[in-house]
Amino acid sequence: MEIIIYGTINSLILLFMSAGFALAYSVSRVPNFTHGALYVLGGYLNWMLLNHFGVHYGLSILISTFSVAAFGWFIYRLFVIRVRGMQLSEILVTFAVALAILEFLRWHGLRGSTFVLPSFYNGTINVFGVTVDYQRVLVMIAAIGIVIALHLFTHYTKIGLGLRAIAQNERAALLLGINSDRSAALALGLGSALAALAGITIFPLGNINVATGYDVLILAISVCICGGLGSWKGTVVSAFVLGFAQIAVVHFVAPQYGILVSLMAVILILIFKPSGLYGQQKDLEERV
Amino acid sequence: MGNEILKRRERLDRGVKVRTDTIYAVSSWQEMFFLLVPRLVLVVGLLSAPLIAPNLYWQKVICILGVFALLSLGFDFLSHFVGLVSLGGGLFIGVGGYMSGICNYYFGLPIALSIPMGTLLGAILCTLILLPTLPLRGVYFAIVTFAYPLMIERAICAADVLGGTDGITGLTMLGNIWFSQYMILGVVLFSTFGLRKLVNEDIGMVFRGVKDNDQAIRASGINITLYKALAVFISALMGCFGGAYLTHLYGWVGVSLLATDFSIFPLVATAVGGPSTLVGSLIGCIILVPISETLRAFGALRIVMYSLILIFFIAYWREGLLNWLIRKYEQSEHWTRV
Repeated sequence: MEIIIYGTINSLILLFMSAGFALAYSVSRVPNFTHGALYVLGGYLNWMLLNHFGVHYGLSILISTFSVAAFGWFIYRLFVIRVRGMQLSEILVTFAVALAILEFLRWHGLRGSTFVLPSFYNGTINVFGVTVDYQRVLVMIAAIGIVIALHLFTHYTKIGLGLRAIAQNERAALLLGINSDRSAALALGLGSALAALAGITIFPLGNINVATGYDVLILAISVCICGGLGSWKGTVVSAFVLGFAQIAVVHFVAPQYGILVSLMAVILILIFKPSGLYGQQKDLEERV
Repeated sequence: MGNEILKRRERLDRGVKVRTDTIYAVSSWQEMFFLLVPRLVLVVGLLSAPLIAPNLYWQKVICILGVFALLSLGFDFLSHFVGLVSLGGGLFIGVGGYMSGICNYYFGLPIALSIPMGTLLGAILCTLILLPTLPLRGVYFAIVTFAYPLMIERAICAADVLGGTDGITGLTMLGNIWFSQYMILGVVLFSTFGLRKLVNEDIGMVFRGVKDNDQAIRASGINITLYKALAVFISALMGCFGGAYLTHLYGWVGVSLLATDFSIFPLVATAVGGPSTLVGSLIGCIILVPISETLRAFGALRIVMYSLILIFFIAYWREGLLNWLIRKYEQSEHWTRV
């Protein structure tokens, strides 16, 4: 029972962590390797606003999410736009920005266990004999809500369809009057906002530290690649597969092997089925 | 706009450059100097570096520079001549280092045997574990090669084998600092010129073909996977030598040999020095390693500066230093009316 409950929670946390990355990279094909850094940055900004400026909690969440979103938009406008289309350079530039942010935060003094965000609501709830605190319940609800909202957004609104269009065929999208640069900047901005939101919601479960930034990036990449690019279903399924696999390994083998699961999964998936579980990208299957 | 005179910059090869492409290179001292000076500057500069280094600390820096240079050369070769963007620097260094550490510690081999054994076995092992991923292209190959060392590092820590988090200590050390420096510099120079020779041979053409149009290569009846594996093996040889060398330089092997620094640094060095020139990545190392040592006092801010340099070179100055220098050296520029 414990495995099922904690497996579900872990899977939804994974899903929440990778939602922003999936929106930018899988759906719109704008690699956002700053994801992990923005996740930490969102949490840190929120902490700063709360503890140094005494802003109301709800307001500080809004401010930090919006400023991180604006940051993502600027990353696109300043750097990514200059290397658009060269996939590797896009990744390098965004990863370099991530390194710069994270190491700057480390230098600025983000270490130790003093950086703890308060939970939204305190207290615990008993689910089938397993105690779960409210923050985890909230994370689960938020994750489900965001994935549904994003699915509706990318399938039924004009802007969302535009995001998917530039990934599928940029020229055709241009012909249909979709401004590809604006859409890509939007995708990066939205993805960053989701990263920040995930950070703000998940950080109360532990403390804010720099290493989380790298781990979140690795987890988000593994979820997206295992699920297959361009597919929400794949992202959800692979988040659950990885989430349960991690908990099972931690429970049955040894806790220190948990982190190996996602890395192992990426390597195996790329070797045996590079387009992922539900991937729609034919070009990945055409291998030599 | 109407009566504005439009001009553009015209670039022409210098006469001496055109002559030195052919047999006329030996027609006069001028042509021979034109060819020799850049190469001599590099070789003499590198070989005299240990003499200039003020103390033991900077002499060690030269040794580490050599290791990074080997990695960067291998990276440039793999990514710009074979089309496999490999972030496997950490993998090569780690596997080479552990292999020679095992040879030395568990089998008691002397350095003269354990470094070559570590290099060769490590390269074979790296090629074997990368073999199933060779069909992947571009970013996906990069992600796999990046994930391998992370995974091995965590597996070693989790399973507590091969010394676990503490590593294996008490290995034989390369005693003489002069010998260590000239050994690595010799290998660096040999691999630089060797690789340049290699990519200009017939096999180099096949490699570039694999990068540009692998289907055409396959249509010519050439086994692509074989050539990719060969290229990975060459690159892994250099990387694993670096690892084996580092192991015996410090007399210690541990999980920090699998660190992502070794995977990221070659990228930065190549971006700064100039991609697809081979020597460029060496020059990138020569510039970056001393800078990074002097910035060590700044702590984490050092990596911030590093990333800013990388962003600048990738987003705003793609050709890198060496391509720019080559252009200035070989071509003359002047403004012409359009």
